[in-house]
Amino acid sequence: LDYQHVQVPFEITLWIMLASLAKIGFHLYNKLPSVVPESCLLIFVGLIMGGIIYGLNDRSPPVMDSDIFFLYLLPPIVLDAGYFMPSRPFFENIGTILLYAVVGTIWNVFGIGFSLYGICQVKAFHLQDVSLLHNLLFGSLIAAVDPVAVLAVFEEIHVNEKLHILVFGESLLNDAVTVVLYKLFRSFCEMPTIKSMDVFAGVGKFFVVGLGGVLVGLSFGFTAAFTTRFTKDIRVIEPLFVFLYSYLSYLTAEMFHLSGIVAIISCAMGMKRYVEANISLKSHTTVKYFMKMWSSVSDTLIFIFLGVSTIGENHEWNWPYICFTVIFCLIWRALGVLVLTFFVNRFHVNTITSKDQFIIAYGGLRGAICFSLVFLLPDFHRKKLFIAATTVVILFTVFIQGMTIRPLVDLLAVKRKRESAPTVGEQIHIRFLDHLLAGIEDISGHWGQYYWKDKLEYFNSKYLQKILLREYDQPKSSIVLLYEKLERKHAMELAQAGQLGHSPAQPSFLCSAFLCSSSDRTVITDQKLEDTLNPAVLDNIQEILARNLYRIRRTGPAYNRHTLPGDTEPAEQAKEILILRHKSL
Amino acid sequence: TGGVPRVPAPVTSVLSLAVTSEQIEHLHRRFKQLSQDQLTIRKENFDSIPDLEFNPIRGKIVHAFFDKRNLRQESDGLADEINFEDFLTIMSYFRPIEMNMDEEQLDRFRKEKLKFLFHMYDSDHDGKITLQEYRNVVEELLSGNPHLEKESARSIADGAMMEAASICVGQMGPDQVYEGITFEDFLKMWQGIDIETKMHVRFLNVDTIAHCY
Repeated sequence: LDYQHVQVPFEITLWIMLASLAKIGFHLYNKLPSVVPESCLLIFVGLIMGGIIYGLNDRSPPVMDSDIFFLYLLPPIVLDAGYFMPSRPFFENIGTILLYAVVGTIWNVFGIGFSLYGICQVKAFHLQDVSLLHNLLFGSLIAAVDPVAVLAVFEEIHVNEKLHILVFGESLLNDAVTVVLYKLFRSFCEMPTIKSMDVFAGVGKFFVVGLGGVLVGLSFGFTAAFTTRFTKDIRVIEPLFVFLYSYLSYLTAEMFHLSGIVAIISCAMGMKRYVEANISLKSHTTVKYFMKMWSSVSDTLIFIFLGVSTIGENHEWNWPYICFTVIFCLIWRALGVLVLTFFVNRFHVNTITSKDQFIIAYGGLRGAICFSLVFLLPDFHRKKLFIAATTVVILFTVFIQGMTIRPLVDLLAVKRKRESAPTVGEQIHIRFLDHLLAGIEDISGHWGQYYWKDKLEYFNSKYLQKILLREYDQPKSSIVLLYEKLERKHAMELAQAGQLGHSPAQPSFLCSAFLCSSSDRTVITDQKLEDTLNPAVLDNIQEILARNLYRIRRTGPAYNRHTLPGDTEPAEQAKEILILRHKSL
Repeated sequence: TGGVPRVPAPVTSVLSLAVTSEQIEHLHRRFKQLSQDQLTIRKENFDSIPDLEFNPIRGKIVHAFFDKRNLRQESDGLADEINFEDFLTIMSYFRPIEMNMDEEQLDRFRKEKLKFLFHMYDSDHDGKITLQEYRNVVEELLSGNPHLEKESARSIADGAMMEAASICVGQMGPDQVYEGITFEDFLKMWQGIDIETKMHVRFLNVDTIAHCY
């Protein structure tokens, strides 16, 4: 039995297997995920595992190594978040998000740090040896909202888009602040004296960390887009570039002590547009599925390890300190959100209601980042106290806040996500509005939001797209993309239902016009797009389209007892379409 | 002309007093710049705005300024030139929502903005957006892309029109014909989008509401 030889990969695979089996297990019993969020269940499984290991070995189970967390488990989740981030709501609310992320986090750090220091002064708690600096250091790692936990919980409750993006965006961007403050206080702990120069250096460092992260991310993102320009002949490794460049951006940022999370998000958001235009449809699907898979596995593993690491002898249970930590976290978060929202609402037309504010404050979940940071602390005699406090805070937020947020959302009747399908008409209207507002801003001589957006688009189309996109691939506007996506979907549904079999020649025309435009470029490159769409073909396409779209309409509102949806008379439809067409000509 | 602009009394009543005098001054300055110190602007004056050139719906925007329906005049058609009062009238369509509006005011506010948009879509002024007009809009929107097929723009417009028909009319009988999108249908289509908060330009933020009857 050669266990030593395979031990490490074997154990890793076993852990991942356990995580995945646990996930299957939860979803087998249908009602469970709706009551208890998945993250809670996973921590629970981890607790059980930890208990078993402790019982068997009679020593503390392996604690999640901070390196493993920061280098292997966290990047896939953040990459997934950044790549699929809806950029429109994100940039529309970027001011508010940054305000919460930066000012809010600083407020929380100092608030929690100082109030805990006040608690330490009370003689009865035996905490006098915890200095102000230590408290501030603890504050800096416990104050930050955790993107993994937020994602896990908010994904299941479907609040309205704006609320979701505010909480989520804040949790991602506060990494820059957390990194700076944590490192700052840690270095202060080791320095004999602190001069005011050091404090200013800290403030300056924040800008370096944040902006540096963005720069690193964007440069890797654009390089990735540029690389995919040349991958026409080796489609198989296209998805790999997306992952490699993103991971490199994360590691490079960490290497320079910049914010890795901000870097990987900027990389993903920067490259998404161009990469998606360059890579084939199959590669796109591969990227999507791999990203989701990795982030899902990471997410599960993190929570299980959180559970496992809770058991053991790493803790010093000083209950007054721990309880006050929890209380102060809640109080300062609520105060911070209230004050900041007051300022935001004065400058914004679209106000954040008090219900939304409550959810933002309540949704400030702490998670594995705090946990790993506390283990990275230098060994001093009170470290175990901090570990215990962190564990309790995380368990409290994930279990209690995580479980109760859904009933609260229902109770307060918070505005939920609009569950309607995207329509082409909406895209057209939104785009129209964008151009209209940009035009009005130009006419009135005001350099506002739409003006800059317009300028950026212009810069993009004139310079960036020429460099980063392949020559003969014309960038498609979002209207066209959505339309093609819907058409593909309908064509596939019809093909599956066997409806496209009417005329054998037609599927290929439909194919060449819409489907193959992204998946099989070799067909198009030989002839220009104009040539494939000669009038006879066009008429066919128009007819197919009209028929398909007519099908959407019919299957929508009407339930007819005598005909099944989809079982409509072709002649009837054709007649109606003809009437419509003739009227409009 | 110089110094503090003499704001004529009809202006303030027309705008329902939602723009401060500071902003009126700023707009007046801009108006003078565009009109080259004349009292009225013509369509050609809008050519002097460099950034507007790249806007795909430039024609429609400029047209909207001269559209008599937007200028709250009872007549129809296009004005040849507009004065500062008309300029302000058009700008007032883009003022932001006010905190103390009640339900009825909010509804009127929203309808006003949507009517402005409707007039932009409905270029032949017949009160309906026909398929051809919709196609025209989509073609203009996608005109920034030289390689995109005119036919693709047409089919997209066709698709959007069908969607609109399904929202507005629901199921249609076999002999029914969908003429075009009326204003009521247009309102239905925009139900999901909160136009009151989206369609505004920030400089028109209200600080005080000047009552100068």
